[in-house]
Amino acid sequence: MEKIPILRMGEFLLVTIQVDMHDRLALALQDDLTTRISETGARGVLIDISSLEIVDSFIGRMLGNIAAMSRVLDAQTVVVGMRPAVAITLVELGMSLTGVKTALNVDAGMELLRSAVDGEREFYGSRF
Amino acid sequence: MATMINQKTSVLGPLIAQNKDQILREWIVEMNDSARRGDLMKEGELRSQCTRFLDLLAQGTAGGGTNLQSGAYDPMREMLAEISTSRAQQGFSAKETATFVFSIKRTLFTVIRDEFEKDPKTMALEIWNATELLDALGLYTTEVYLKSREERIRRQQEEMLELSTPVVKLWDGILALPLIGTLDSARTQIVMESLLESIVQTNSKVAIIDITGVPTVDTVVAQHLLKTVTAARLMGADCIISGVRPQIAQTIVHLGINLLDVTTKATLSDAFGLALQRSGFALAKPQKKEKQDQ
Repeated sequence: MEKIPILRMGEFLLVTIQVDMHDRLALALQDDLTTRISETGARGVLIDISSLEIVDSFIGRMLGNIAAMSRVLDAQTVVVGMRPAVAITLVELGMSLTGVKTALNVDAGMELLRSAVDGEREFYGSRF
Repeated sequence: MATMINQKTSVLGPLIAQNKDQILREWIVEMNDSARRGDLMKEGELRSQCTRFLDLLAQGTAGGGTNLQSGAYDPMREMLAEISTSRAQQGFSAKETATFVFSIKRTLFTVIRDEFEKDPKTMALEIWNATELLDALGLYTTEVYLKSREERIRRQQEEMLELSTPVVKLWDGILALPLIGTLDSARTQIVMESLLESIVQTNSKVAIIDITGVPTVDTVVAQHLLKTVTAARLMGADCIISGVRPQIAQTIVHLGINLLDVTTKATLSDAFGLALQRSGFALAKPQKKEKQDQ
């Protein structure tokens, strides 16, 4: 069965979706990713969907769910590289993915993750 | 009965061919009184059009009777379409264009009357046939005229649509979309697509949507704006809406539209300042160089 690779980069996890998402693959990714986050203690997850051309409401909801689950496991999620057509589709479907951070490309996403994690660290560092 | 009419109408063709010069002369005089526009068209051009019209009319009646749809009238229809289209562009009115065809009636009827003076029945029949035919031709001319007008309006609409949605780059990573005119669904779709495409192409993090030129904002327009902002956010770009006029601000609040999640600024320059700040740029006046001499 196809599997979406999850790469570890320091304290972040990098997921690049390079095949067409179908529902079972999405569920498997959700499973894998949550397991990996808790195993590695990752502080951030970066999901690159620049090759994703087709989305439906299920995939949209899955992206939202993954972000929420990571949040619970204390990792920030950034979705990067969404195509214009995909963005329009999601908006038309009424899914604005509130609570999910977004960035234009992997570079910008990494920067965003770093600053978010650093910000968190500073905040807690000053209090504890 | 039908065969009889067709047989009889074939008389029209030769009749026109025989009396061509007379008809042409009188027709042009008639048109000078009613429909000619000396300011729009030269006499020579009109004369050559009339000559061709008569030739094709004779040819058409000989082959197809009064049935305008028959193959014998193909060249005739083509010519009329051409004349209508060119006249629509030259600035003739629909009435003037149709009168080109209708003005031949008096002349043609005179010729028929003279020819069948001793046979009133045939005369009446021929005049009826000629009327039927010329009416059909005149209506066809009007139809083509309207079509060419509609075509022109449609093209202008498309051009307006293209002209009215430019996405401009203000700074490295900052785009602006100055909207002018009323927003409807079709236009917003194009606006949304071109903005998102430009965001990807220029790798911009901030997009400013300026609505100074949008006369009214209703719930539909606001909905469209919110969709655009959300789509841009999904792609990882921030949107700022600028140029909200006091009237529009009142409308938005009265309509109960929630723009709380969207950054709004009064003017494009304010929005640009904010965009620069968010991108980590700062503008400053250059220091004056101190004069080294003296």
